[in-house]
Amino acid sequence: MSAPAIPVPETAAEARAPGEVRRGGWIIRITVVAIVVLWLIPTAGVLITSFRPEELVVSSGWWTALAHPFRAAEWTLENYRTALDAAGFGNAFMNSLAVTIPATVIPITIAAFAAYAFSWMEFKGRYVMFVAVAGLLVVPLQMALIPILRLYADGAVLFGRRIFPDLDLNGTFLGVWLAHAGFGLPLATYLLTNYIRSLPSSIIESAKIDGADHFTIFWRLVIPLSVPGLAAFAIFQFLWVWNDLLVALVFLGGSSENQVLTVALRNLLGGRGEDWQVLTAAAFISMSLPLIVFFSLQKYFVRGLTAGAVKG
Amino acid sequence: MGRTVSVFALRLLGALAIPIVAFAVLWLTFDYLRDENANRFMVVGVALLVGVGGVFFLYWGMNRVVDFLPERVREGVRPYVFVGPCLVILAVFLVYPVINTILISLKDASSEKFVGLDNFRFVFTDHDMLLSIRNTAGWIVLVPLFSVTIGLAFATLADRLRSGEAVAKSLIFLPMAISFAGAAIVWRLIYSFRPPGFGSNIGLLNGVMIGLGQDPIPWLEQQPWNNLLLMVIMVWMQTGFAMVVLSAAIKSIPDEIIEAARIDGASEWQVFQRIMVPSILPTIVVVTTYMVINALKVFDIIFVMGNAESDGTVVIAERMIDWFFVGLHAGRGAAIAVVLFAAIVPVMIWNIRQFREQEMTR
Repeated sequence: MSAPAIPVPETAAEARAPGEVRRGGWIIRITVVAIVVLWLIPTAGVLITSFRPEELVVSSGWWTALAHPFRAAEWTLENYRTALDAAGFGNAFMNSLAVTIPATVIPITIAAFAAYAFSWMEFKGRYVMFVAVAGLLVVPLQMALIPILRLYADGAVLFGRRIFPDLDLNGTFLGVWLAHAGFGLPLATYLLTNYIRSLPSSIIESAKIDGADHFTIFWRLVIPLSVPGLAAFAIFQFLWVWNDLLVALVFLGGSSENQVLTVALRNLLGGRGEDWQVLTAAAFISMSLPLIVFFSLQKYFVRGLTAGAVKG
Repeated sequence: MGRTVSVFALRLLGALAIPIVAFAVLWLTFDYLRDENANRFMVVGVALLVGVGGVFFLYWGMNRVVDFLPERVREGVRPYVFVGPCLVILAVFLVYPVINTILISLKDASSEKFVGLDNFRFVFTDHDMLLSIRNTAGWIVLVPLFSVTIGLAFATLADRLRSGEAVAKSLIFLPMAISFAGAAIVWRLIYSFRPPGFGSNIGLLNGVMIGLGQDPIPWLEQQPWNNLLLMVIMVWMQTGFAMVVLSAAIKSIPDEIIEAARIDGASEWQVFQRIMVPSILPTIVVVTTYMVINALKVFDIIFVMGNAESDGTVVIAERMIDWFFVGLHAGRGAAIAVVLFAAIVPVMIWNIRQFREQEMTR
């Protein structure tokens, strides 16, 4: 039993038995190419528009640029300059990083410690606790928004007694990290427990005999052995947080100082909805990092997403 | 003897001091992070340092504290140090909110007095709410249907390619890496419309219409078809996911079974229908339920595309945010969330059960 839900081949084009005849004429080839082209057109439109000067963007469709692709007047980098500086996307990119990296690392660290305890430590209530954590997979994020928002603003009072302090966390990075950590934890704990439990017990037993304590076994042995599982979940959580609009909007707010890329995109769409050259450049800035992750870590990426199929 | 005691006291002091200092440092940095005038790069740098390093040192510090407990309780306490933070965060961020949301859903706009089931009555009678339920029903049926069908078809076809399968698959999968907000911009450019006299139409669909000698159409205002146009965005994004997962499942079918059927004279369609589909059915179920849950919770696409109310494209999750933040009626927002929760739970349980079964069989 391992973390990814569904068997995913090591490389996308997994080798079949050599000599096997693949039936597939030109009809299949053309159909596949047609679907791929259809799927690429929307992104191509954005990419091309983002490099065209404003006067051309407003006067002609992006596809007209394909008629004379080598004319220098057709292309410009000005839109990216505007998006990064004037529209504040450089700042938003930094904010997205500041939100995403801790919001990925925090739940993974917490989940990994819990997963180790659930797998390799003896204690009362172990099974019940694990089932309770996995059961929380069913809770959708929407259920938590209003109470957490109020918890951050006012603390919590139960029967006239303050049970949670007023931390004033709305609009802070810490508030968003914790929210993302909370929403990501059930899946992270569930998957990592499945992974860490499947490690061979002989390794852990022999480390114990050699006198290693739990913290050392966890940090020096279990974590290095669990890198594939950790990486798969890390990529899933990274993309989830990076692409999230709802949590960022609710807990970080729409102010220009703190806005992340998705919120900035949304604000730009509201304020300058017809400035296509800036909008498309901004959209591409927001896509750049996920696309880099996608192309460089494709194997883990697919695993992470398939594992993410049980996220509530 | 005295020396051992003093060493013990020193170590105890150290063990206690580490978490306290760590906590104080964290607190100071949070105050710094809240400072509006601080340099952006510094803030981000400090945020990363604290967010990434802070958690680890918290565990490390707690583990040190446990080391100084009397030996007989030490190993009894340690597991709770490992699972404790996880349970505390889940209690605060998921368990408490579920109870609280249910309570709020029974109260009035400002959560002051109980109003019984009034908010739920509202959910099932208000015009926009009913519309959103209808639209969401459309989303949860059509989006998984098209994503899984196209994904399965593409996976089957790409499987038969002599070359280029990996490239073709990753290009279809690519939109999965993009945010809903980004995708909304991508598709606004396709549906873009400008009325006569307000500049030329630069949207692709209207470009095609003009090319065909037709008048341009304000696509996103065509009720109720605009709902379908928004669903296309989600199908575009998620088909790649269905395709990759189903493709992996197809490849895991033993070749002998398929070859045997072919030798027995089964047509390619029969092979697909009688052998491939039944063998990958559990995977199809997991993928479909995943997409149903995603479609139930769809919010970003509608929210970013704007004008949901006037365009009639409202959905349940969008109504919830609207009632809480725009309508300022916490009770109604919470009631909508509870309805959403009630709809998701059975699908999710089904999904987890299928997921577990798949894991067992491997």
